[in-house]
Amino acid sequence: MDFINNTFAVFPALLVAVPVVVQLALGAMLLALVLGLLIALARISSFSVLRGVATFYLEVIRGTPLLVQLVYIFFVLPSIGVEIEPVPAGILGLGLNYAAYLSEVFRSAILSVEHGQTEAALSLGYTPTKTLWKVVIPQSFVVSMGPIGNYFIAMIKDTALTSVIAVTEILKTANILNSQTFQTTAIYTAAAILYLIISLPLSRIVVVLERKARANG
Amino acid sequence: MAEDTIIDVRDVHKTFVSETKRTLWNRLTGRHHVEKRVEVLKGVDLVVHRGETIAILGSSGSGKSTLLRCINKLETIEAGRIYVNGHLIGYEERDGELIAEKASITAQKRTDIGFVFQHFNLFLNKTALGNVMAPLRDVKKLSAAEARSVAVPNLEMVGLADKMENYPSKLSGGQKQRVAIARALAMEPSVMLFDEPTSALDPELVGEVLAVIKKIAQQGTTMVIVTHEMQFARDIADRIVVMDQGVIVEEGPPSRIFTAPQHPKTRALLSRSGILPA
Ligand SMILES: Nc1ncnc2c1ncn2[C@@H]1O[C@H](COP(=O)(O)OP(=O)(O)OP(=O)(O)O)[C@@H](O)[C@H]1O
Ligand SMILES: [Mg+2]
Repeated sequence: MDFINNTFAVFPALLVAVPVVVQLALGAMLLALVLGLLIALARISSFSVLRGVATFYLEVIRGTPLLVQLVYIFFVLPSIGVEIEPVPAGILGLGLNYAAYLSEVFRSAILSVEHGQTEAALSLGYTPTKTLWKVVIPQSFVVSMGPIGNYFIAMIKDTALTSVIAVTEILKTANILNSQTFQTTAIYTAAAILYLIISLPLSRIVVVLERKARANG
Repeated sequence: MAEDTIIDVRDVHKTFVSETKRTLWNRLTGRHHVEKRVEVLKGVDLVVHRGETIAILGSSGSGKSTLLRCINKLETIEAGRIYVNGHLIGYEERDGELIAEKASITAQKRTDIGFVFQHFNLFLNKTALGNVMAPLRDVKKLSAAEARSVAVPNLEMVGLADKMENYPSKLSGGQKQRVAIARALAMEPSVMLFDEPTSALDPELVGEVLAVIKKIAQQGTTMVIVTHEMQFARDIADRIVVMDQGVIVEEGPPSRIFTAPQHPKTRALLSRSGILPA
């Protein structure tokens, strides 16, 4: 019973880190959505240079660990004079990383919009650009909702990695507590439960979003 | 060009070359890359006058859809000219050469040409009303209220006053096609092009769509219909155009085409459809 009581007792101390996690996740997701869409558009464009740059970016990001990317941004960039505070560095690292994965979600969603609809739009006087923005992209967003939601949940869990670049998120807070009180079991159990409490309701929302997307498809 | 000429197709040649790069942008802008070639239109001439209803008949693969798609530049052409309402479609002419025009100018010309597809091609994320309103808002830049006041009567005209809030997934094939017709008509084009509008429908739904098309024809709309519905063509067309292997082999009023066809291909087509004795 001590274990349960101790776990509960640790909670308030960890909750302090929740706003940091929210800040990281929302900031990084916003960056990933915008950059991911741009990369997806570059990958389907007819300019080979754009396609090449986007593909290269994708390969580099997917071919290296997120942890290494975060470390690189925080510890290597200062050597060329670019110093970034821990939280912005975390947002940047997570955002750049997830942008690559989201771009693949967007790209396949964009290509999944049937060609007949783009022809219909063109026949009605939409320009190619307007067809893309008014017909294709809105529909690809609907299709992407589920996968985006799943990546968002994964990103919340990946915020734990920013503990190595001095962001006092949940794990780092737990580490600090642990070094002060040595209640290892209670502290890390409480941390794990806290992640669960955040991600479980979100996965329910994703399920609902996916069901909605299918209903109109 | 006579004043009542709406469509003027002159000696149009179209060759399909298999594409190497099928990027979305290439498909949107109609740019293709060269490899294998099939000549699908081999010098087509066709004039359509204001208020006329033209039915294009022909066996599968004769180039009917391609001709229709060229008229609103869903396909490129290599030679010839296509004018709609006096405007050269898809190209600028410089020293007798065709030069691709800006996509935005083509888009503007397309607003004057309604196109109805075999497979409806409704916007799946919009209701019936949303489908009709979308181009009014996005292309014609009408306000929501104005777009609605144009869209609603068009949906009523095709008999869908009670289905306006339905998404395509909650409409039958016949209803979807009627939404597509209303969507094209709402743009008030000078001409309506129909590419086999009933071919994708269950037999029991064909009638409701044909009835709507007939109603539009009777309102004096200029239209060109590619169809395999012989009786329907005979019933509503002012002129029948018969295509075979990329050329127009015969044209004339239905009364003559259906009773005294001149070209062997027309005769073959009509006997295959059971209209002439084999
Ligand atoms: N995108 C394309 N690429 C290559 N060949 C094509 C393409 N579209 C059509 N064709 C070919 O062009 C020819 C004419 O096709 P088209 O669709 O115009 O015929 P159609 O008269 O409409 O036939 P149907 O009655 O079957 O619809 C066919 O041989 C077809 O295989
Ligand atoms: Mg066809």
